Amino acid sequence: MKSYIGIDLGSTTTKAVLMDDNQEILGRGITNSRSNYDTATRVAKLEAMVDTRLTLCRRNLKEQAPQLEERLDDFLYRLELGFRLEQFIEQLGDLEQTCLEHVTDDRFPGKEKVVRDVLGAVFSDLRDEAPGIYAPDAKRRSDFFRDIAGSRYLAISEARAKEADLSYDLLLNVYDKSIIEVENHPPSEDMSGKFIRSLGKLIDNAPDFGVRQETVEKAVRDALDVEIEESYLVGTGYGRVTLPFSKEHIRSEILCHGLGAHMMYPKTRTVLDIGGQDTKGIQVDEDGIVENFQMNDRCAAGCGRYLGYIADEMKMGLHELGPMAMKATRKVRINSTCTVFAGAELRDRLALGEKREDILAGLHRSIVLRAMSIISRSGGIKDQFTFTGGVAKNEAAVKELKKLIAENYGEVTINIDPESIYTGALGAATFARRAVEGQA
Amino acid sequence: MNATPSTAQTDVAKDDSMLKQKAMMANHFDRLTSAREQNRKVCSTFVPGNLNELIMCFDLVNNLPEVNAIQSGLRKKSGLFVMEAEKHGHSEDVCTYVKSDIGMMAKGNIAPNGKMFPDPDVLMLSYTGCFTFMKWFELLREQFKCETIMFHTPYEGDGKITKNMMDYMVRQLKEEVIPTLERVSGVKFDIDRLREHLTASAKAEDDLVYVLQSAKHKPSPIDAYFGGIYYIGPIFGAYRGTQDAIDYYRMLRAEVDERIKAGAGPVTPDGPMGEEKYRLVVEGPPNYTSFRDFWKMFYEEGAVVVASSYTKVGGVYDFGFRHDPQNPLESLCEYCLRVYTNMNLPQRVDMLENYVNEYQADGLLINSIKSCNSFSAGQLLIMREVEKRTGKPAAFIETDLVDPRYFSPANVKNRLESYFQMVDQKRTTGAKGVAA
Repeated sequence: MKSYIGIDLGSTTTKAVLMDDNQEILGRGITNSRSNYDTATRVAKLEAMVDTRLTLCRRNLKEQAPQLEERLDDFLYRLELGFRLEQFIEQLGDLEQTCLEHVTDDRFPGKEKVVRDVLGAVFSDLRDEAPGIYAPDAKRRSDFFRDIAGSRYLAISEARAKEADLSYDLLLNVYDKSIIEVENHPPSEDMSGKFIRSLGKLIDNAPDFGVRQETVEKAVRDALDVEIEESYLVGTGYGRVTLPFSKEHIRSEILCHGLGAHMMYPKTRTVLDIGGQDTKGIQVDEDGIVENFQMNDRCAAGCGRYLGYIADEMKMGLHELGPMAMKATRKVRINSTCTVFAGAELRDRLALGEKREDILAGLHRSIVLRAMSIISRSGGIKDQFTFTGGVAKNEAAVKELKKLIAENYGEVTINIDPESIYTGALGAATFARRAVEGQA
Repeated sequence: MNATPSTAQTDVAKDDSMLKQKAMMANHFDRLTSAREQNRKVCSTFVPGNLNELIMCFDLVNNLPEVNAIQSGLRKKSGLFVMEAEKHGHSEDVCTYVKSDIGMMAKGNIAPNGKMFPDPDVLMLSYTGCFTFMKWFELLREQFKCETIMFHTPYEGDGKITKNMMDYMVRQLKEEVIPTLERVSGVKFDIDRLREHLTASAKAEDDLVYVLQSAKHKPSPIDAYFGGIYYIGPIFGAYRGTQDAIDYYRMLRAEVDERIKAGAGPVTPDGPMGEEKYRLVVEGPPNYTSFRDFWKMFYEEGAVVVASSYTKVGGVYDFGFRHDPQNPLESLCEYCLRVYTNMNLPQRVDMLENYVNEYQADGLLINSIKSCNSFSAGQLLIMREVEKRTGKPAAFIETDLVDPRYFSPANVKNRLESYFQMVDQKRTTGAKGVAA
């Protein structure tokens, strides 16, 4: 089957969307951009491919094992978890190998063996607890290897270092050096193998799904065997120029966001995208073609990265900011949305005795105000309005935005897709499809 | 507000006119820096509404602080000068031409030829539409303690020039400007000498208009913004009304004719431009600290600017105005009144709309300058209006004149590429798209 891939190389994350001939999205993939767009592209693409295989499994199972019914989601979830575990163990092996390579006598004179032994123990612990991390009821804060492996490595190695009377910093240093290398290794291509192993374990251990084993196996294997031809790929986002593909395969992210929003909500006329480093206000026509746009320049005040800094300052997760702001009883007025000054602004308000939730509510309002100004410069808000980018997931930002839109533009349909982070990649995939068809 | 990038552009593929332009600019600075040795007095004035013909009648050497700031920008010195001025208390938001000029003076006031600029003997403000100009000269007056002439040009608020305006301005010339210049220079005013210069001006102006309007051809033989900035150098600088200017524009016109005949496009710093893919009208001044990089973002994508408002800051000649030896004083006044930034917003919108139509452009691009209010005020409105009237897509980018801190290449390139792709999309799908 033919496939069309869109890659959006953002400053924080790289996203991929895989689309088929009927403009249906088969898979989405995301990874951290890791300052290596080449690898990020490969990983995101691979992740979209994994997602695509799951979509195909779903289709086959629906058809071939209709009796799964509402248990289909659970089955696929477990199949994916098994796959993720396999993937994690594989990457862990790579990380261990790389760490050991960094333990050389010139860097750790006299301690080489101890360090190796401790590392061995740390990775053994990590492998032991891995199945727990990917258990069906476990909660993970992030799906990126760097985050999961990193946080657990830090915790385990601290204990192990103490036991061996070894400096913890030393182990951290080995990790820091290695993780960057590991992240830049091209991803392993053996996707089917991992799915098959996951399927095997699932059949052996999982609850009875009430379907004949052979039926399920056949449905999954058929899905894995479908040949997917990469017919055309389009890249967008800040990393696009460094990509190893030619100009015909590059589109500006403004066009991609406009078209992506149109694909999700065909009646979209105004798009707001708040990404890691920029905020874009885009006007599109009834075909998703960009008519005008405005974006921030020189300064990333009020963009996603700003919230990232605030989260760091507050020692909170990015996704925890919105819920906390929702608890505010009043809003502290914040004028500066300068990312660099974020910490100072925050500490200043805290010192004045303001409550964290009230400050956060004020911060959310101020970034939305900035976005509103950019939108108004691009031509205002027309019905329908689609909000995309990482910040669209933040409920406090959305609440403020809705309020300001109602105040300034009256009743407008506001669309926010749960998958809005893929808007740019979706636009790019659509461009890829059109390129083959000889359009735009 | 006008420009003559020359010295920093050493490896440009050179036509004869380019060499001549470069020599003229070098000569301009030599003339200035040797003014004292030659026993000549110096008049500082601004490009928009500059009265070069009149200044020459008093044997004064014309010094243009904006041109000096542009030279500093092109020679990558303005960043340091701007910071120097800020050290002296000038705010971050002040026009960077001013700060570059002030900083340059604080750092020894050295001209591009390595010699010192002379102190001015008289400051002549002949265009008052830019409030900053007035403040700029107040600062210079404070520093040099010299005579200052303020020749007030009424704003074309209603979009037309009235008899009252002309009378008012002619009276200022007779009662204030000319007597002061006579006093400072010690030279008696001779109206016939002025007539001669005006005759020369009109000749060069004819050829300049021919060159700028040659962009109506497809492909356009010139780039009317980046290239245009070189072309306006002599006439907006200190050469209007001279034989040198007549020779330069004749030479340029002949070269442009050759290119039209050959069906060739503009000459860029990397040689002749490739295929013309986009024809743009540009509003607003350029960025000078990254002038070549900025231009490259256009020609690399096959974008050529076919008309620009910036090349009209030192005079709008498109609509028939020429300096007129028959009405010397009136003609000087009319020239000042017709400067681009002295036109009201509806006139500017009309002009840009006509450019998009007459030059068969794909759309309007606005380069908004952080520190230039004369240009930037109303630009969003202009964009909307031109977009609406022409149905062609418009875009907005933001840079600065000579402050290198306000040129973000990635951001500008991103917007430009988006714009070019937007134009592409519009073209393939027509006004009513069918792509989805």
